[in-house]
Amino acid sequence: MENKIAQLFKNQSGPNLNVYFTAGFPELESTTTILQTLQEAGADLVEIGMPYSDPLADGPTIQQSNAVALRNGMSIKKLFAQLNNVRDTVTLPIILMGYLNPVLQYGFENFCREAARVGVDGLIIPDMPLIEYEEEYQAIFERYNLSAIFLITPQTSEDRIRKIDALTNSFIYMVSTASTTGNTVAGTDNQLAYFERIKQMNLKNPKLIGFGISDKKSFDLACRYAEGAIIGSAFIKVIQQPTGLQENIRDFIYLIKSGEEIFS
Amino acid sequence: MDFSVDERGYYGKFGGAYIPEMLYPNVEELRQKYLDIIYEPSFQEELDELLRDYVGRPTPLYYAKRLSEKFNTKIYLKREDLAHTGAHKINNTVGQILLAKRLGKTRIIAETGAGQHGVATATVCALAGLECIVYMGQIDTERQKPNVARMKLLGAKVIPVTSGSQTLKDATNEAIRDWISNPEDTHYIIGSVVGPHPYPDMVARFQAVISAEVRQQLLYKEGTEFPTYVVACVGGGSNAAGAFYHYLNEPAVNLVAVEAAGHGVNSGLSAATSVLGSLGIIHGSKTLLMQTEDGQIVEPHSISAGLDYPGIGPMHAHLYDSGRAKFYAITDEEAMQGVVLCSRMEGIIPAIESAHAIAALHYMQLKPDDIVVLNLSGRGDKDLQTIINYLDEQDGK
Repeated sequence: MENKIAQLFKNQSGPNLNVYFTAGFPELESTTTILQTLQEAGADLVEIGMPYSDPLADGPTIQQSNAVALRNGMSIKKLFAQLNNVRDTVTLPIILMGYLNPVLQYGFENFCREAARVGVDGLIIPDMPLIEYEEEYQAIFERYNLSAIFLITPQTSEDRIRKIDALTNSFIYMVSTASTTGNTVAGTDNQLAYFERIKQMNLKNPKLIGFGISDKKSFDLACRYAEGAIIGSAFIKVIQQPTGLQENIRDFIYLIKSGEEIFS
Repeated sequence: MDFSVDERGYYGKFGGAYIPEMLYPNVEELRQKYLDIIYEPSFQEELDELLRDYVGRPTPLYYAKRLSEKFNTKIYLKREDLAHTGAHKINNTVGQILLAKRLGKTRIIAETGAGQHGVATATVCALAGLECIVYMGQIDTERQKPNVARMKLLGAKVIPVTSGSQTLKDATNEAIRDWISNPEDTHYIIGSVVGPHPYPDMVARFQAVISAEVRQQLLYKEGTEFPTYVVACVGGGSNAAGAFYHYLNEPAVNLVAVEAAGHGVNSGLSAATSVLGSLGIIHGSKTLLMQTEDGQIVEPHSISAGLDYPGIGPMHAHLYDSGRAKFYAITDEEAMQGVVLCSRMEGIIPAIESAHAIAALHYMQLKPDDIVVLNLSGRGDKDLQTIINYLDEQDGK
């Protein structure tokens, strides 16, 4: 069966909205509700963060959501239990994002087997080195039909981008700027030059721009250069509101995708 | 068995560079250039001169007569506490600042626990005229106030870190985040033999001056370059790496690493990674670390801010795993007694970190002919308030 992420990009060249949220946040049991609401609201992909005590590449908003989720009792084991029947109701491509250490402690192959079993399509493990991927992990990803998604940044060399493009079969995660998560895309000349440069490289994989995408304006800007964009910290702020979880999610996604302000 | 690093940055199964792509260009640039730069004759010349005239090297190898009598053996203290800024940390920061300049970097960041590395970094930044930002856990800024004041006086900006356990681990996370956000102009001076390759190897090479000097000094004093034991405390492990370096492949020399047991190894308040840790990844390196079964990093505890770290460097993990080094775990209480012992028997107030190594002497089966070299990694002035509080409690005040 073809991987759902590949299918998505085959059928739809953009603009795709990928939404990140932390499993177990704001409540331990909110994972499925958020997934279903995102699907109804019109998100195109979802990225579920596996909380970690020391999320190096993330800014304060996501770090804080990780800490809350861990306090709530979230773990990889728990997440797989929550995702057990998720494919009965959710057809969106699902990506798991998390740091390598908890995955290693779970057992890398066990982790991939379970991920595939519950219907996960791809993994983002930002601190998994490319060289270790090629030597140790690629065969396991392929055995379970999981896409490995890699990041590129404004500093990534052309050679390395080409190599990542060759190793990927879903999309390239294009970090918008040198920063951790939770800042804002400023649309500076440097940034636009970087977006343009990558666009001109005619990579075989589609690209999603992430880090600093927080609203309709930054989403649209990113989609001029890539097949879509990823929203994380801004969405975490939406779901941390104390009431109206589903309504808030629907409003936020509608706002990003259609641009009409419908908050009452 | 070989105990040096391999080309990919591994010591046995420990090491590597597990970093997000945002750090890759920086770390890769360093990896490609560090050995060539360090071994350039002009670099060596500048480094040697600074180590001699600025840091005050060689530091003495002092025969501790009264301690030797007490333990009925021969104990030498390698006096890193007499190096400029009061600890071994300066050996590494002097090296890295010269490297940073050759890499064209204009902004320096660092993390610090006890503040010794922060002070050493602030010092070399002042020397080189570079901007300096030091991340320090909020709790550590309180228990190491004199060092915070010194850093500020030296012109550094000290940023208190309020996330997580508010100690060294979190200061390191924050420094890494800063580096991610400033990839072009910034060099991160890591203070210990931790982090992604090439840091553990690079820091060990800069600290190796300690064991290079010990060999020469011991030859002069004892007619042999090889002691029976080399003893050093380990948090991340930079002073131990330096003290062990030129003895790694000399099996006749017993390497002794001393960790902080905090309130006791099994108390839940400890930093004894070799006992409590398992294989995992922390701060870009595969090594031993304290973690839950779900792979979440456990918050460590030690009375000494410099040993309050949930991992050890990959070289030390390999030394432990292979049995090349013997590890001891010393409690807060034993370390404080070590401070008092060294102060009253030798007139040297050691850092609480170094006092862990002193306390380990009680557990070693020492013979009269043994030669023990103990790396006295730093001085205790910075710990005075903690020490006074401890003594007051002892006196029942």
